[in-house]
Amino acid sequence: MYRYDEFDERFVRERVAQFRGQVERRLDGSLSEDEFKPLRLKNGLYLQLHAYMLRIAVPYGTLNSAQLRQLAHIAETYDKGYGHFTTRQNLQFNWPKLKDVPDILGLLADVEMHCIQTSGNCIRNVTSDQFAGVARDEVEDPRPTAELIRQWSSLHPEFVWLPRKFKIAVTGAEHDRAAIKVHDIGLKLKRNEQGAVGYEVIVGGGLGRTPMIGKLVREFLPKDELLAYLEAVMRVYNSEGRRDNKFKARVKILVHETGEEEFRARVEEEYAKLDGPTINAPDEEVERIAAYFAPPAYDTLPEASQVLDQARAIDPELDRFVEQNAFEHKQPGYIALTISLKEIGAVPGDMSADQMRAFADVAERYSFDEFRVTHAQNLVLPHVKKDDLPAVHAALKAAGLASANAGLITDIIACPGLDYCALATAKSIPIAQAIAKTFADRERQKTIGELPIKISGCINACGHHHVGAIGILGLEKGGRENYQITVGGDATEHAALGERLGPGIDAEDVPAAIEAIVETYLAEKTGEESFIETVRRTGAEPFKAGFTAFVESRAVNSEAAE
Amino acid sequence: MTLIREEGAVKDRFTRADTLDAALEIDGPALVPLTIAADFAKARPGAEFGISVPGSTPIEDVRPHLGGATLVAVEFPAFADGRGFSLAKKIVREGFAGTLRASGPLIADEFADALACGFTEVELPETMANRQPVQQWLAARATMSEHYQTGYGRGPSILQKRLAARKGA
Repeated sequence: MYRYDEFDERFVRERVAQFRGQVERRLDGSLSEDEFKPLRLKNGLYLQLHAYMLRIAVPYGTLNSAQLRQLAHIAETYDKGYGHFTTRQNLQFNWPKLKDVPDILGLLADVEMHCIQTSGNCIRNVTSDQFAGVARDEVEDPRPTAELIRQWSSLHPEFVWLPRKFKIAVTGAEHDRAAIKVHDIGLKLKRNEQGAVGYEVIVGGGLGRTPMIGKLVREFLPKDELLAYLEAVMRVYNSEGRRDNKFKARVKILVHETGEEEFRARVEEEYAKLDGPTINAPDEEVERIAAYFAPPAYDTLPEASQVLDQARAIDPELDRFVEQNAFEHKQPGYIALTISLKEIGAVPGDMSADQMRAFADVAERYSFDEFRVTHAQNLVLPHVKKDDLPAVHAALKAAGLASANAGLITDIIACPGLDYCALATAKSIPIAQAIAKTFADRERQKTIGELPIKISGCINACGHHHVGAIGILGLEKGGRENYQITVGGDATEHAALGERLGPGIDAEDVPAAIEAIVETYLAEKTGEESFIETVRRTGAEPFKAGFTAFVESRAVNSEAAE
Repeated sequence: MTLIREEGAVKDRFTRADTLDAALEIDGPALVPLTIAADFAKARPGAEFGISVPGSTPIEDVRPHLGGATLVAVEFPAFADGRGFSLAKKIVREGFAGTLRASGPLIADEFADALACGFTEVELPETMANRQPVQQWLAARATMSEHYQTGYGRGPSILQKRLAARKGA
């Protein structure tokens, strides 16, 4: 993975000192609260419902064990002993004190980490495929591109006061695991007919209160033109994006209101005026960054592992774990392993300091000292020898990290919701916990198969409910929490927004409603179809019918009880 | 108003005027809105003047005046409105070699960015300058010594420095 050089090191150190100075100037009155707010946000510091929250950047979701051990130390020293992984592949601490934040930033800088632009109206932490460098369907590793964008976007002089936040995702694979069509800019590494590598550029996707699928703005951008093209897109957005209404300020609205074609023309017009070679990264720099992401020193192994096969044969738990959480690795004899942070009844994405240390040990010993954070709030050990899997499973199990539910109905994405968030209109985490408990039975989960549920506690959609195969949106209605259910959302290359099934329902009815939806799926599915494949084929209608029947039966029951 | 440059506070040579009549009464250089710039130039051929343009102005509207004006003051309605930064880049790209001024309630923390985008100076309302005196601007300007973005600021970017170091090695 990437390591800081003297320039990167000095940059984050100076950034820590800069923030320390900003805090002091807020305290002595030089900066008003209104002026300080965006400055602290651009350093990841939010004022939440009960306390400050600090969001730490995990660029493209990549971490090493020393970094995780430092996060464990921070969690114990400055927080309540745990951290929370987010849908943006970041980590949040929910209880830091303002006076401690500069010291926390110093500790992060010690392990080449920072909080730069994890919030605020600027280019946010760039995200990527959690299986980057591992997946077999990859044209090129997206991480060097993501790292280049991380550097280029850090404290960009022109683009730190944008109309609204701006999120960029990069994938290098055919199957999109980075949700590039629902980002402000989505980049996909591809080859053109001549075999040259470049990017497909998608602009104007996003979730939130006005969800939109991004538009293809450039079919093929030569790889070495990336930064100049990004500058052109950003300049058009910075100049023309709406600033009169924060709910209409994202680039998706500009693309929508300008029209796809006209927007593309404006970007190309701006791009034509740029002197690309003076903006783009030199080839040597691109190669320098890429060298950090060279494959680790794999052993030459056969594809199959007798050690693993024998262990699986006598240990059904290990067998289930491997079957559900393993991902095919391009290197024979290795797999990538998803570590679900969705133990039944736990808070999705939470990890205790003890778990962090235990997991850091596993990553160090068995995965070349590296792991990934996924946008589904899970972790990935990217390079595990199949021979080592029994030992890895045992170590994870001891730390409470061996839930064999990756991608299943209990692997739920949920925003922090009303338990933490100042914006939330409804609870999110308790809903996830209730659904997980309802479907806790392993055989039942296996029968249902892959089914990503995503829950947001307000229309800002941090839980990505629009692109959940089942999406749940918590709102407030007449003083009660009310939940709207959608099906058919998809964040992959088949990107689609979910369709609402009917009226909102009460919190206590949500698990049973999900059961009704699952029943419809099991009745409708043909062959080996997954939930989303069935919805794609049948449309939402059968699910609406099942849902309506459920809502009516609930109404009858509650009348009978009165 | 306080005028701040990289080297510290400087005196403002320009006098603002909102109407043509007012502008014509000024001794010395006048700073006039874009809308009366052409009339002013016609009425006072050869006289030095500056133009004041909101950050939201399209470059097409500014371009015709860049040959005549020696100062362009880009108006920031609020410190968090970044349009002026992009307009500055476009004005510099047009080859404008005069003074480029950022005018409005900017904060010291934006000084380095303003300079990097091509601004020469910042014109602050007095209320802002009282809270954030010149020393804070100079200190804020120096907090970050390096930048990654090629094409911004005067010195080479980190990417360029890395390349130079490798070629020198």
